Amino acid sequence: MESPEQIRDRLLARFPGAEISVVTNPGIAAQHSLLLGAAHARAIAEFLRDDPTLKLDQCSNVTGIDWPEKEIVETKNISTPDPANPAAPPKVVEQKTKRLQPGFLEVVYHLYSITHRHGPVIFRLRTGNRTDQATVPSLTPVWRSCEFQEREVFDLFGVTFVGHPDLRRILMWDEFKDHPMRRDYVEPDDYEWEPTPHGAVLEKAKAHYPTPPAPAAVAPVKGAVA
Amino acid sequence: MFKRDSEDCPLSQEVTPPPPAVTEAERDELRRQGILLTSLQELYTWGNSHSVWPLNFGLACCAIEMIAASMAKFDIARFGSEVFRPSPRQADLLIVSGTVTKKMAPQVIRLWNQMPEPKYCIAMGACAISGGPFKQGYNVLKGIDRFIPVDIYIPGCPPRPEALLHGLVQLQKKIQGFKLTGPDAPRHLRDDQPCNCPVPEFGEHDLEPPANPEVWTAPPAIVRKD
Repeated sequence: MESPEQIRDRLLARFPGAEISVVTNPGIAAQHSLLLGAAHARAIAEFLRDDPTLKLDQCSNVTGIDWPEKEIVETKNISTPDPANPAAPPKVVEQKTKRLQPGFLEVVYHLYSITHRHGPVIFRLRTGNRTDQATVPSLTPVWRSCEFQEREVFDLFGVTFVGHPDLRRILMWDEFKDHPMRRDYVEPDDYEWEPTPHGAVLEKAKAHYPTPPAPAAVAPVKGAVA
Repeated sequence: MFKRDSEDCPLSQEVTPPPPAVTEAERDELRRQGILLTSLQELYTWGNSHSVWPLNFGLACCAIEMIAASMAKFDIARFGSEVFRPSPRQADLLIVSGTVTKKMAPQVIRLWNQMPEPKYCIAMGACAISGGPFKQGYNVLKGIDRFIPVDIYIPGCPPRPEALLHGLVQLQKKIQGFKLTGPDAPRHLRDDQPCNCPVPEFGEHDLEPPANPEVWTAPPAIVRKD
């Protein structure tokens, strides 16, 4: 099967102007993926499905990833030569710049070919942000198997799939407002006593421990008759 | 096997019975002469305890063990409970066998309300008792006893069919201890005890209310040293 780079080059030749890049996976699995722009995603998906050498006719998995807003601190060493003594080694000042990387949501598709028995080819779609532009084009019209999985991503991550035929919540109830798989999800506080809490559960349990009585209330009043 | 012994569940309150008018030895003597001496209460609870018909209702992997218990090898028919009824109107026993998700909880409670008195509830397995391995999740009820009164808790993940049979025998012993009159009478023989449990609504973040205060109160927190 072609490598992601080869697929990217073929796609770029077929769709000039489309945003396509390869996201490398530094891990041992080395499953590199393609990052597609939303504008050409539907056309590219149809191409991947119908292309005779790829023929990726099965979409086996659709997943969501939440990338919250991230503060990135960049350290830069600036060396300034001493004007009074040019021979001395230059003064090195560390300059830290902070910038806020905006958050976004990502949807990952895993494609296989039943015809050619190869795969997976993985590609990702990104939303504009995590709030009002959390939309990607739906690929259910291309692969029917995406329908329930896109609904699940919509339910748990809050990604709106434009063009989905039946976009409703699938696991949680319709009245539910949150998206539980997002990083900033706060679960309902239905505390129950734990015999041996630890980690995050201990922190949660501490909020429910009875407050110790104030010392003034416990200490006997001076001169009081028992 | 745990029997619930608390004030909010008067079914299991133990009171010392008055000394019987006819002793056990005298009764045995009469039985040898062909005379069966019994009381209406004994007859009633005997019949009640040996015809506990469970509801044909399963939720997760515990249900597989429940089905195994009803089959020839474990043979729940030995205890008079082989008639799994497909309708709650004909069932005496609700075996909550498996994980109760928050989306499923109102339906479980509705089934409980549709069962006629006398009715009993067995919480089978870790999930039905406390949420089990999903306790820290966002969509699993932390124990069905938050909404309906539970008679017998069977721990295990899942419990073996023998454990379910043991739980059933414990339930039969509990039924045989019932009094027909007086303050210790079971729920269905009293006017001051409600038979139905309110069904919670689907809220925006959680079930509303998250628990039924008439049957469940949060256990007191035990503060750890650290």
